[in-house]
Amino acid sequence: MKTLQAKLSNKKNNFVPYIMAGDHERGLEGLNETIQLLEQAGSSAIEIGVPFSDPVADGPVIEQAGLRALAKNVSLSKILDSLKSIETEVPLVIMTYFNPVYQFGIENFVAALESTAVKGLIIPDLPKEHEAYIKPFITDKDICLVPLVSLTTPISRQKELVVDAEGFIYAVAINGVTGKENAYSNQLDHHLETLSKLTDIPVLTGFGISTLTDVERFNKVSAGVIVGSKIVRDLHENKESDVIKFIENAINF
Amino acid sequence: MTYNQPNNQGFYGQFGGQFVPETLMTAVKELEVAYEDSKKDPVFQAELKELLKDYVGRENPLYFAKRLTEYAGGAKIYLKREDLNHTGAHKINNALGQVLLAKKMGKNKVIAETGAGQHGVATATAAALFGMECTIYMGEEDVKRQSLNVFRMELLGAKVHSVTDGSRVLKDAVNAALRAWVAQVEDTHYVMGSVLGPHPFPQIVRDYQAIIGQEARAQFLEKENKLPDALVACVGGGSNSMGLFYPFVNDESVEMYGVEAAGLGIDTPHHAATITKGRPGVLHGTLMDVLQDENGQILEAFSISAGLDYPGIGPEHSYFNAVGRAKYVDITDEEALEGFKILSRTEGIIPALESSHAIAYAVKLAKELGSEKTMIVCLSGRGDKDVVQVKERLEAEKEVK
Repeated sequence: MKTLQAKLSNKKNNFVPYIMAGDHERGLEGLNETIQLLEQAGSSAIEIGVPFSDPVADGPVIEQAGLRALAKNVSLSKILDSLKSIETEVPLVIMTYFNPVYQFGIENFVAALESTAVKGLIIPDLPKEHEAYIKPFITDKDICLVPLVSLTTPISRQKELVVDAEGFIYAVAINGVTGKENAYSNQLDHHLETLSKLTDIPVLTGFGISTLTDVERFNKVSAGVIVGSKIVRDLHENKESDVIKFIENAINF
Repeated sequence: MTYNQPNNQGFYGQFGGQFVPETLMTAVKELEVAYEDSKKDPVFQAELKELLKDYVGRENPLYFAKRLTEYAGGAKIYLKREDLNHTGAHKINNALGQVLLAKKMGKNKVIAETGAGQHGVATATAAALFGMECTIYMGEEDVKRQSLNVFRMELLGAKVHSVTDGSRVLKDAVNAALRAWVAQVEDTHYVMGSVLGPHPFPQIVRDYQAIIGQEARAQFLEKENKLPDALVACVGGGSNSMGLFYPFVNDESVEMYGVEAAGLGIDTPHHAATITKGRPGVLHGTLMDVLQDENGQILEAFSISAGLDYPGIGPEHSYFNAVGRAKYVDITDEEALEGFKILSRTEGIIPALESSHAIAYAVKLAKELGSEKTMIVCLSGRGDKDVVQVKERLEAEKEVK
């Protein structure tokens, strides 16, 4: 079993924060500090966002964070360089749109990950149909391509998506972009329970999770949560202690 | 060999595909099925055909532009008069088809992006005709430079959502429309306006616009008893050009010229010359030529014409370019303005600024080809929407002088 899946399968109440690489007053120089802070607070894994000019799966909070990072000339290549010198016991998961990776060169990208703590990839605009762009390069490596399953994914397709999945299943909790304005659907809990039963791989719930009430709710019906916009906003507003407190509480539900 | 693209995964050679979030996968797959069904559905086809005839006013003329031909001093220039369609451009061909398809799929809301506003107006028109709720996403910059079209859409009962992200033009409107589609995918159809986006959109839009080339081909054969030597059309996303080109794809003697917007010049950062200056990349659900920096960040496009102001080009155009089936050339803002004036004065036809790019190139090409040759230029839209913008620009130039 690959490292990412082993780490997340060990426990319940997994907490996976998302940060935008380079969205720090010191740019990428602040990345290590943020990763250490999130590790010490009790994160199971950490998602590292790569900024992109046209993030169609993201809401305004993460889009703005990406624009701030781009304004500091952050690029995938610089992020990979920074990650080489970062040591952490927590598996890192890169979340990127496909184009920056495609331009970097997929083979080069995977090769560059070997000397980093990156154990997983999330590429929201690379559906199962196109996974052949990446999969052949990571099959023998300790890197997982994490599938996303949405509320609109019918059961028959859910089965196809989880059958040879690795790492964890990213259950998208809303039809919409990251962050959210409206309440979760009533059928969400049932959807998560059903999805979890289809697979032995941990199912983590993400998109729009911003309160401990949300965390408690989803820890009951999945193996944990991914929290992006709230973490990105708090870190941007220098509320590190709030972030630590939130994670410490979240993992105890 | 008979042309047979895309393949069953929506690829045209290396280009195309379905690079969309999982939330949209079910919708694009449903759309594939519904579209294939509609092709075999005689009731659907008859309804669309009747609307194109009685509502849009097809077929529209293939007009021999005698005075323009004399002005250019070379090949005979024929104009395919998409500007005479209801709503003033080719966009209605596709909008009607897709709104009818949405109705067939049981969706009661439509959304669309728009640049110049022509596709927005066409979608709002089709939505009004079928009593559907309609929201149009339009970049704030375009809302300003095409205010008349905004008012038209509102008159037609559509809601116009001004997009304030990014560079506030067409690319950003597509982002906003895609996000909105994700959020309401279950009851909403996204009426993609050009041969762009995830499969099957590039194919659907091509097929609905192919009526341009089908009519033009038959009309030309009737008038000249042969095929034209060249086809010329402007390319932003590339729907009017693909509509003209596609029915000629197996006619190997017919050369195709897609005219990109060179803005202030292709050696400046201010252009929309995607094929000339871009390289393959993924944007808005498809793999196509894209204007981007060395890190894969998408660059802003620039053109006097809002409808050509897009940093990508339909995947089938990228394919045509890669295999050499069509040539892609550039016309600057200045040259397009000249084309705008020339057609107005020689033929009494005021073209859209988008189409003015095709006119300007046609004049150049006609000289090169010589008087033995013939060409069809797609006059994709009329210039009423651009008159105020051109007036202000020409007046400003006068003051400088």
